[in-house]
This record gives sequence, C-alpha cells and structure tokens, in this order.
Amino acid sequence: MTAVRFEHVSKWYPRYHQLVRGFKASLLHLPETLRSFKREQFLALHDVSFQIQKGETVGLVGANGSGKSTTLALIAGVLVPQTGRVEVKGRVCPLLELGAGFHPDLTGRENIVLNGILQGLTRREVLGRMDEIIAFSELEYFLDQPIRTYSSGMIARLGFSIAAHLDPEILLIDEILSVGDLHFQEKCRDKLREIKTRQVTIVLVTHASAEVRRLCDRAIWLQEGRVVGTGDPDSVLARYEQSPCVVR
Amino acid sequence: MKDLLLVLTQKEIKVRYKNSWLGYAWSVANPLAFALIYFVAFGIFMRVEVPNYPLFLIAGLFPWHWLANSIGAAPNIFLANATLIKKVRFPRNVLVASTVLNDGLHFLLSIPVILGFLIAFRFAPSWSWLIGIPLLALAQFMMAYGLALAIASVNLFFRDLDRLTAIAITFLFFLTPIAYSSSMIPTPYQAMIYLNPIAPLMVSWQQLFLSGSLSWPLLLLSYGYALACLGLGSLVYLKLSSRFAEVV
Repeated sequence: MTAVRFEHVSKWYPRYHQLVRGFKASLLHLPETLRSFKREQFLALHDVSFQIQKGETVGLVGANGSGKSTTLALIAGVLVPQTGRVEVKGRVCPLLELGAGFHPDLTGRENIVLNGILQGLTRREVLGRMDEIIAFSELEYFLDQPIRTYSSGMIARLGFSIAAHLDPEILLIDEILSVGDLHFQEKCRDKLREIKTRQVTIVLVTHASAEVRRLCDRAIWLQEGRVVGTGDPDSVLARYEQSPCVVR
Repeated sequence: MKDLLLVLTQKEIKVRYKNSWLGYAWSVANPLAFALIYFVAFGIFMRVEVPNYPLFLIAGLFPWHWLANSIGAAPNIFLANATLIKKVRFPRNVLVASTVLNDGLHFLLSIPVILGFLIAFRFAPSWSWLIGIPLLALAQFMMAYGLALAIASVNLFFRDLDRLTAIAITFLFFLTPIAYSSSMIPTPYQAMIYLNPIAPLMVSWQQLFLSGSLSWPLLLLSYGYALACLGLGSLVYLKLSSRFAEVV
C-alpha cells in the first residue's frame, strides 16, 4: 500500500520579500510589484514524482535548498503544490524542531497536552499517553517546571518523546536527531526501530549519511528541486557524496 | 477542534496568570487607568457634560478594551506561531479564536468591577443583564474574531499592517461614542456615527450597564455588522490560508 504518492509535483514560491516590505512600498511601486509577481519565482520542486510504501523508512538527502523541507511540508499538508498531485494516506505527525509548538511559560506537562492536541489528538488521547511520554523523556523531575528553564537538550528530548508516542502513521523528521546526549540519541534510534516494526512510515531529512544508512530502507536524492537518484541508501549516498556541491 | 480551542485558550489564560499573580489586576487596571485619565482630561479640564461621567466611561471602556486588545494583538497572532504553521497542519483560525476568547473572558471577569462602580454611584444592576450580556458578548466575539482573522491573515502578506492597525484603533476609538455620548454629536453627524461598525455595539453596552435597557434596533445593527465582519474575516482567511506556510 502506498502511504505517500507525489505525481509530477511542482512547487514554486513567489519572491515574497518584494511583497513583505509592506503596503506602503507595494502601493507606491504598484506596477513594479505586479510585474515582480510574474517574473520572480523560486522553483523549489520541479516535476517530482515518487512513492513511499506504508511501513517504509525513507531518507531524503540533498544539498541545502534542494527541496527536502518543501517535500516534507507538502507531505504534512501545510503547503499546496501549484501543479501535480500529492496523495497522503494516514495521519501525519511531524517531529517539530526545537521547541516549536511549546510555550516557554507552560510546564512540560502542559506542553505535552498542547503539542499532542496540535498534532490532531484529542485531550483524552494525549492524557492516556502521558505516562509513557514522561517515562521515555526521563524528565520526571522537571515536568512541572516551565519549559523556559529547560536546556535545549531537554526540550529536544521532550519533543521526540511526544512525537514518538502519538501513534503517527507517517512520521516526518527534519534534521533533529542530532540533539540530546549520546545516551538519548541511542534511545531515539532504538525507538525509531521499534516504530518501524509497527508499519509506521518514516520520512527522514538529514545531512548525516550514517543515519540514513543505519535507519532507512531507501534514499531519495534531491538536487535543485528534482529527484536525481532513488534506491538503496548505500548506492544513492555513494553517488551523492561524490557529486559536486550545488547550493542555490 | 474543540479540544484545540479549549487548550489554546487555557494556555493564554495560564500564561497571563503565571507571569504574575496580578494578572487579573492588570486586565482591570488598563481600562480603569484610561477611565481615570479621560475623566481628568475630558471631564474635569474640558468639562464634558455627561451625567455620571466616570460611570459612563467605565461602561464603555471595558468592552472597548476587549475589542481593542484582540484587534491590536491580531497582526502578530500567526507570526508568533510561525514555526508551528510551517510544520503542522491544524486549523489556524483557532489561534485567533482563542486570543479573542481569552480577551472576552477577561472582560466578563471584570464585570464585577463595573458592578462595584455602579453600586458606589448608587446605581442598581438590572435583571436584563442576564440576557443582555450574553447577547452583546456573542455579537462582540463574532465582530472581534472576524476582524482579527482578516488582519492576522493579511498581515502575513503585508507586514506593515500592524502600524495601520494601531492607527485604525485610535481612529475607531475617537469615532465611537465612548469618551463622549452619542447625544453630544451635532445633529447632522448623529446618523453617521452608526456607519462605524462598532458604535452600535458600544452604545448598547453603555445602555445595558447604565440603565439596564436593550435597544433592539441597535442590537440588530450590531449583529448585522458582526456578521459582516465574521463573513469578511472568514473569506479572507479561506482565500489566503493555504499560503500561510509559504510566507509566515
């Protein structure tokens, strides 16, 4: 069964900095503003097609600006492609970057509830998982302290613990396994392996090739918004690592 | 959705009270301070002739502050949650609803203070409050939510909207009979005041608190404007929300 299907997906962004300068400037230079809409676009993904099977763990690799995060955002449904189709089957749970979705003045416990509900669970479902999340994070003693007192490693622990225990069907991970101490990193890997055995689809974006080799069944290599390689992680990574660095 | 609104509103309230135990005092102090300064400037120095002027000010300023706070906060609502909007798919309008709800709750909690002033001036509350307060509060919620939703959405595309909003709030305040009564307006302009969408609502609050009366034409007009604001806000949001993650 296919969990994620991209069919000829293209995504471009207008150069919004033209626009973000505000009303006043936009109105004062109206013709220029209108022209800039048409002319200045940034092509983030160009005619991308791929499929990810249910239960598969896929690593997205590529240089900065190659379209990896755009791909994740399209899977998460926060972006809409201009052309092509994105089909996603199952509940998507993005593992949020450090502290996103947390409020610094709320306690760890309150943030778990907030975060879980933002990810689409009901309050009751989150409360039912609370003990597991707390146990995994090993943060029992800090849980009633406001998050602003946490170290960045502690916040990362909490974030991973929440995402890992919300029973996602598709888990999106964007370059955040490298936080936390070695012991916790190892624990995260074990947890991911366990999640994998439960037929959860995992899409991983990372620059750590070792991570992709260790965890992924397949790698997809993006370059300048196109898929230039897909297949067994070792062979894709070997080609990727030899390619000249292209940064847009 | 219901849980999300609940938890986000709870969060706002918790955050307000966690930072200081004086949270309640602060939410009351602001409109009271304005009442005091307008009383001194307009009542004593400029000798505005409104019977029971301090009471009149309080009856108008408390509901006004709910509206002004929500609209004033609107430009930053989505910006403050940028990381979340970029990663997680959830109904973003709930962020706006919880802000407006939170301000509304503070207004409702400050009604005992209004009551205290009424009693100090030997006025009695009226049973009509029991219907009047919910009716007016609902209209005001719809109005504030609609306007805030439109402003919050558009501000992502035109970042200087917050400056315009601040100016607009000042305009709105002085064009609404809050520091003066509608009967003081020269006859040729009397009707024009009701072109201001918030005027019927504010006048209704004053009448309800001071005389316990509800004017049905004013109420009807308030609801008309409230629905129009709600419609406008929803329309703008529907039109723009699919691109929030690109521009936030």
